Amino acid sequence: MMSPRHFSELDELESESIYILREVAAQFSRPALLYSIGKDSSVLLRLAQKAFYPAKIPFRLLHIDTTYKFREMIEFRDRVCRELGLDLIVHTNREALAEGANPFRLGTTKCCALLKTKALLDALREHEIDAAIGGARRDEEKSRAKERVFSFRDGFGQWDPKNQRPELWNLYNGRIDKGESVRVFPLSNWTELDVWEYIRREEIPVVPLYFAAERRVLVSGEKLIIPEHESPIQKDDVPALMKIRMRSLGCTYCSGAIRSAADSISGIIEELKVARRSERENRLIDHDEDGSMELKKREGYF
Amino acid sequence: MIPEACQKPRDLLRFLTAGSVDDGKSTLIGRLLHDSGGIYEDELAALSRKSSAHGRSFDPSLLTDGLKAEREQGITIDVAYRYFSTARREFIIADSPGHDQYTRNMVTGASTAQAAVLLIDVRHGILPQTRRHAYIASLLGIQVVIVAVNKMDLVGFDADIFHRLRKDYLEFSASLRVRELHFIPVCALEGDNVTAKSPRIPWYEGMPLLQVLEMVEVADDRISKHFRLPVQTVIRGESGFRGYAGQVASGRIGTGDEVVVLPSRLPARISQITNYRLQMEEAHAPMSVAITLREQMDIGRGDMLCDPEHSPVSTRQFRAKLIWMSELPMRSNQPYLIRHTTQTACMSILKVLHKVDIHTFAEVEAGSLVLNEIGEVEIQTHKPIFCDSYSSNRTTGSFIVVDPIHNTTLAAGIIMEPSVEDPNSDPSSLALPNRGPEDRGLTVWITGLSGAGKTTICEAVHTELLARGHRVEMLDGDVIRKHLSRELGFSKVERDENIRRIGFVANLLTRNGVVALVSAISPYRAVRDEIRQEISGFLEVFVNAPLNVCERRDPKGLYKRARSGEFRGFTGIDDPYEPPLSPDVECKTDSETVKESVDKVVAAILKVLS
Ligand SMILES: Nc1nc2c(ncn2[C@@H]2O[C@H](COP(=O)(O)OP(=O)(O)O)[C@@H](O)[C@H]2O)c(=O)[nH]1
Repeated sequence: MMSPRHFSELDELESESIYILREVAAQFSRPALLYSIGKDSSVLLRLAQKAFYPAKIPFRLLHIDTTYKFREMIEFRDRVCRELGLDLIVHTNREALAEGANPFRLGTTKCCALLKTKALLDALREHEIDAAIGGARRDEEKSRAKERVFSFRDGFGQWDPKNQRPELWNLYNGRIDKGESVRVFPLSNWTELDVWEYIRREEIPVVPLYFAAERRVLVSGEKLIIPEHESPIQKDDVPALMKIRMRSLGCTYCSGAIRSAADSISGIIEELKVARRSERENRLIDHDEDGSMELKKREGYF
Repeated sequence: MIPEACQKPRDLLRFLTAGSVDDGKSTLIGRLLHDSGGIYEDELAALSRKSSAHGRSFDPSLLTDGLKAEREQGITIDVAYRYFSTARREFIIADSPGHDQYTRNMVTGASTAQAAVLLIDVRHGILPQTRRHAYIASLLGIQVVIVAVNKMDLVGFDADIFHRLRKDYLEFSASLRVRELHFIPVCALEGDNVTAKSPRIPWYEGMPLLQVLEMVEVADDRISKHFRLPVQTVIRGESGFRGYAGQVASGRIGTGDEVVVLPSRLPARISQITNYRLQMEEAHAPMSVAITLREQMDIGRGDMLCDPEHSPVSTRQFRAKLIWMSELPMRSNQPYLIRHTTQTACMSILKVLHKVDIHTFAEVEAGSLVLNEIGEVEIQTHKPIFCDSYSSNRTTGSFIVVDPIHNTTLAAGIIMEPSVEDPNSDPSSLALPNRGPEDRGLTVWITGLSGAGKTTICEAVHTELLARGHRVEMLDGDVIRKHLSRELGFSKVERDENIRRIGFVANLLTRNGVVALVSAISPYRAVRDEIRQEISGFLEVFVNAPLNVCERRDPKGLYKRARSGEFRGFTGIDDPYEPPLSPDVECKTDSETVKESVDKVVAAILKVLS
């Protein structure tokens, strides 16, 4: 039996997220959990386990694979799904890839539009998913600050930030017509630090790339890129060996590493407490143009 | 570093900020974030680039502007949520727009806030906006209000002006209930009294804003209230585990405690309280848990476990304040949906008692409400909701009104006085306009094993049809056996007789333009087909779940009793169930969600009726 302990802000966040996940199960026909393999997805998965334990998670998992993900991510994904007996759908925009989609040819904006946004919208339609649960947090990026927990998308998967449903108390209105869908963000109120403190408390496994180690990287201006897939930069540059880690995970080309000595969860938490730089700064995509994330989100990006 | 174990865990404070345009709200929030270290270097760099574009050295307000559309118009439209923390506390700011036309957005932000920071520009004093903000904060039950009197630098940090403003505020807000009220003179632009006490305002003896926010008592009064847990969903596991899952809305509960279950009013005892693999002795608000009961009971989403001594009022009629949030005006006697705790019901507004002038707080006569208006109304629902007044319980006292056709959220509702229901009132009527004689009737015959999910589907379909303005009647097998077929037993002859009686009533209703929803096991094919022939307008719905699934669910404990031989002739056990050969709709409740099944049935009905 558990002895009563102080009900902390982590407990409160956990409780709120579980409540949201249970609402999704009750209010929708075919929900799916957008599993992106990162730390936020890992937390989301644990919360979903908790919400329905001892029953199985009543959602399918959906991974949009651009094929430019880190090998360690894919290994981790397959291991987790096997161990937890999860029903995983992997969806890739094969057509675009066959036509040679990559960020160097198309630029990051266009590449994301095809390999992520289009792939996601196609997958949602193909599997008739009416609620897509994602691990995005409001503190991640400016345009997310106004995102609802239940965020309505029209028949084309688009978001209208000026015309959102008011969201009152914890009364989430998930009522939609056929063809429409809702994006659900149970981690809306979590911060990056909360996520790591929760991972530590709950001993949740995460992709090893989050922990600092000596790795071969390409140095391109301020960016540190782990060379895994062929790229134009690779041809001229010689990789250097550095102690680095990933702060957020995405496609190999577009996610930069940071120099760090944090090789444990507690190390990461300490690093975050004194961190002076934001989580997404090493992501190329947010910096394309001012307001770029908002534009993507309007079109259907997660 | 201090070892984790010695640190008191941080808690969470959600607060709202409101102010009129240009009072300095964005500047103040930017200050709070910046001075408490919540802004990263790369964000600051981007900021100083922008500040110089605006011809400023450092403008903290640029930290908080959000969406591009708003940036272009230079105003804050929607509620934006911001996060920062100190060693003591984590804060969630609901940054709400100030304009009149965004009252609904402020209400949204206020609905989850525990405290409010109201900005006033010291040069302008109390404006109509200020009164409106104070009113909304109090209406939404915010117990702590902090009035930040901004731009003190522009009045030479004058104490008299501040004190006069304070007096004015106290005067106009005398009728508004709050537990704590603070006044702080600040200069958001330069940070005076934001995170640290300002040497430029020596006459102010209180704490700076951040410190007040850190000190505000949040030790939840939810915990000290009577126990309520609205059931969100039922979790089934191995060896008969049946957990009623939900978030404790108020109060606390321990294993072995007695509760009362609404709407059945049956008493029960708590067996286990769990959160994942943790078994707990006790749970309190706002924990999300799964609870098992010693007794076997038929409990589903929308039901509520409550303190048996102090249960909420169960009623179909109550007075409430509505904050109207839609461009579509409110209409009386029009079917709407109400979402209250985890329940959804059909509702209608009987009448508007008055609307509130939110500048003078005066009650004025009104026949309807339009966007951003607040009024008091009388509401009726088609089934009982279990509620308290909002002032005594924020969770069981709040609701939203949803448009059944456009699916949008139309209004926020605050229950004033749940009146105990008149026992003589007709439980099936709902004040809706009578539809014309051209209405078509239909019998929807829902057949399936006990525990297959007939009633759950039937009730949800009922709500949906009512909300679309149809006349609907439910004929439930169990209810009919208590009334119309009281004397009948369970022999084949008697079962057939029972079904014929239900068919007869359904036929009468159908002829008169009513949709009759019949939910009965009705195991024999021949008599079902016989009735189908008699009624013009008949839809057969087969709620299909394998016997072993129904037996595992056993919501009423009947299978167990049948297996033990306590009674004979139980359908599925020692009496046959003859499934329909070509049902109009089939719901496979072991693999579909309730929503999926309900949607199918509703779609089929609407197709016939259209
Ligand atoms: N002098 C002075 N100006 C301020 C102060 N706080 C804000 N301002 C200015 O007032 C204007 C409106 O501020 P802003 O934060 O955008 O107001 P909002 O509309 O309430 O968000 C801006 O030009 C600010 O720089 C203050 O304490 N003193």
